[in-house]
Amino acid sequence: MGSDLKEEAIKRAKVLMVGAGGIGCELLKTLALSGFQDVHIIDMDTIEVSNLNRQFLFRQSHVGQSKAKVARDAVLKFMPHINITPYHANVKDPGFNVDFFKQFNVVLNGLDNLDARRHVNRLCLAAEVPLIESGTTGFLGQVTVHIKGRTECYECQPKPTPKTYPVCTITSTPSKVDFVRELRELFERFKKILKFVHCIVWAKDLLFAKLFGDKKQENDLFVSAGDGSDSEKPTNIFERGSDEDHEQYGRKIYDHVFGYNIEVALANEETWKSRRRPNPIFLKDVLPERLILQNGNLEKNFLTEDLPLSAMSSVGLSNPQDVWSLADNSRVFLEALRLFFGRREKEIGNLTFDKDDQLAVEFVTSAANIRASSFGISLHSLFDAKGIAGNIVHAVATTNAIIAGLIVIEAIKVLQADFQNCRMTYCLEHPARKMLLMPVEPFEANKSCYVCSEVLVELPAPVSSGTMLTVEDLQQELSCHINIKHREEFDEDKEPDKMVLLGWTAREKESQVVSNGNSTSAAVPAAAEATMKSEEAEVNAEISGTKRKLSEISEATENQEASQILPRADADNFKNSQELEDDDDDLVVLDNYPETSKKQRLH
Amino acid sequence: MDGEELTAQETALYDRQIRVWGVDAQKRLSKAQILVSGLNGTSVEFCKNIVLAGVGSLTLMDDRLVTEDALQANFLIPRDETVYSGRSLSELCCESLRDFNPMVRVLAEKGDLAQCEMEFLDKFDVVVVTGCSLKTKIEINEKCRERAKRIAFYAIECRDSCGEIFVDLQNYTYAQKKSDGTAECHLSYSSLEDAILIPWRNLPRKVSKLYFAMRVIEKFELSEGRNPGELSNFDLPAVLKLRKELCDAQSLNESHVPETLLERILVAGPMLYPPVCPILGGILGQEVIKAISGKGDPLKNFFYFDAADGKGVIEDISNPSSI
Repeated sequence: MGSDLKEEAIKRAKVLMVGAGGIGCELLKTLALSGFQDVHIIDMDTIEVSNLNRQFLFRQSHVGQSKAKVARDAVLKFMPHINITPYHANVKDPGFNVDFFKQFNVVLNGLDNLDARRHVNRLCLAAEVPLIESGTTGFLGQVTVHIKGRTECYECQPKPTPKTYPVCTITSTPSKVDFVRELRELFERFKKILKFVHCIVWAKDLLFAKLFGDKKQENDLFVSAGDGSDSEKPTNIFERGSDEDHEQYGRKIYDHVFGYNIEVALANEETWKSRRRPNPIFLKDVLPERLILQNGNLEKNFLTEDLPLSAMSSVGLSNPQDVWSLADNSRVFLEALRLFFGRREKEIGNLTFDKDDQLAVEFVTSAANIRASSFGISLHSLFDAKGIAGNIVHAVATTNAIIAGLIVIEAIKVLQADFQNCRMTYCLEHPARKMLLMPVEPFEANKSCYVCSEVLVELPAPVSSGTMLTVEDLQQELSCHINIKHREEFDEDKEPDKMVLLGWTAREKESQVVSNGNSTSAAVPAAAEATMKSEEAEVNAEISGTKRKLSEISEATENQEASQILPRADADNFKNSQELEDDDDDLVVLDNYPETSKKQRLH
Repeated sequence: MDGEELTAQETALYDRQIRVWGVDAQKRLSKAQILVSGLNGTSVEFCKNIVLAGVGSLTLMDDRLVTEDALQANFLIPRDETVYSGRSLSELCCESLRDFNPMVRVLAEKGDLAQCEMEFLDKFDVVVVTGCSLKTKIEINEKCRERAKRIAFYAIECRDSCGEIFVDLQNYTYAQKKSDGTAECHLSYSSLEDAILIPWRNLPRKVSKLYFAMRVIEKFELSEGRNPGELSNFDLPAVLKLRKELCDAQSLNESHVPETLLERILVAGPMLYPPVCPILGGILGQEVIKAISGKGDPLKNFFYFDAADGKGVIEDISNPSSI
């Protein structure tokens, strides 16, 4: 495969890498070994200890330094004669604009979040630069190729939430059985932790935020008795009385949030008709008075100055992998509160949850577990709770290495303009049709994709001659002013069928006022003349508002485990994948969209 | 699993992977002793993966001095003659790998594995060989099988953009994950010698073309006394002649071993297609981690990757009599 043409294409290429993390380290190394001479790399992150198990360009001594810069130096050590330009910056910085992107022949993503992926996708589309996108979770990974006008863009398909893996709709045929098993396992694992995730969210976003965060933040942790009596303002509960010591204050909070609040909630019979009723938990039922007073007395033995504050070691618990009993969780909870108020009083009011803050993780773990006991949900170890609370990725070096190799293979095809042979590849944990690495033909663009297609949008207000439309792209801070000079009379035959934007919130009927003939929907008329203008114009808040909302909805899905991965290879696609029996040179062809006609394999 | 707990340092460093394979697997990994004979683009990828994963020790064997060819796809050795001149591959790679994870012992061992005392192998749980002749691979595989303790044997070879991994776990028992808990599962592997002796017409339908191509080239190298990477385009006529002989003897249509595929491999000679190395080294790393930890279904018993079609395929080519 070492043709001169290929070598020439690699040597001349100017490549942008976004992300110098798990995939990024592997990718930069593989690009250098493959003969690339000019690589630019953007990453805003600094190196952490937990990166070192896979981000092999980094060492303990680099902790705290820029990933992009250290990665560059590390690669130059074994490949001194290539150009690597690092940017310790956010890819969303305005400097990385369309013109910046235009200088590259291909963009390679090794990102860990959906927001930045979307941003890069849009810039690549605007700059017309091919994008190779990637992601990994544990042993699963994927590489996809996005070329404007040839394949779908990164946002052509909404990223599925785990809800799109309904077990009942997965049909099992022998060739797909392993893949189905994989999806099923993901789904089962997800279901199991989902209930506990609610407890973590409660402990982290409500309780932790209320006690230690910005007091001015609105927070619906308070449950009033529901009878409208304001005599006992719940706010007082969270303020320590002048005569209270830290222990008394801690016990008061415990009884309030785990006992009283649950009792109040139980009072509303309607809520519990079809649900399991929670049990209020009061401290006296969990820990005998003697133990409460003893709690944390171990402190002198276990706490030294150079170790970070830890409630679990203070109460004599050592293994973060153990699942603690309700009593132990209660002791950790009280001790964590005591330590926060006793030793970290200055920070209170400004704290936000940080997964690397040991005491914060202990507090959230214990609070989530006590709440879980109350609701009959299984308890989790500190290790697991930290993973959920910190939204920590599951990551191993091997998958990242494999994915990096696949990215470079696709990048080289793109650079040679060998688009016919570009593939998306899935790296699987269990083989499907004997394959651990499964290449799939790239999908065609979704014609109604609101990012890469020429979308027809249903406007929220009528358009007539003289209307000024302002379209804003909040991600790229672009705005376009459209001056409607003349709008023709409505003619039903001339209107296209599909004029509603996917995911667009339909407006109330009355807002689609019939103003121009007998139109029932105000579509952008073909006669509208679009002109870019710089002058001020009325901002159409409805358009930007709706769009922002759409992206927030999809954003919320990213936090869920496994939703980033295998976005295309979901049950429906596999159900529709065509069995190709006889020729082993076939590649797997998946249906792009179930509603469109089946795609045929390439010849 | 009993035994000592992981240290706080280990828990912090391995946090992200413990979330993938669990604490018990991590403890087993930290006790595993690995031997790698032959250092090239694919095996250094494997070494990196296994050191990062946190095995107990990794021993490297390759006394060759650094050459241009030996440097390609190797990120462990700086392109600086003043550094590498006069030093062996194993020494240099050992130095770099130590930096990757201070908790893993990385050692360089002098000598030739094929000539080693049998007892030497007893130090290891896993043996990986690459860059040597078929004869050597078979010998080392047999030695591993003769030892009282079970030693997992892997052979990996990358030619141009094509790669092959062979796995021999002998008799392997592990807890297979089922939807309703786990079930004990036994696998019986063939030795390399037995596996490649299986008549071609008895192989599963649609076996990867790479399997046949690798056998033809391997056989040719053996008859010429050359090592992987020492063939070139000039050998094509002779290789095609051998293909015909083998296919005739095995009553297999020659189209199963395409000339274009053989040519592609021969033209490349010693050159590897660099992006294939992390893919093969990654799959091998994953397999060794599975075999040590007893977690996950291990690969049985050949793996193929070709960048030309992008497929990574598992083939089970085992002698039925050994099952």
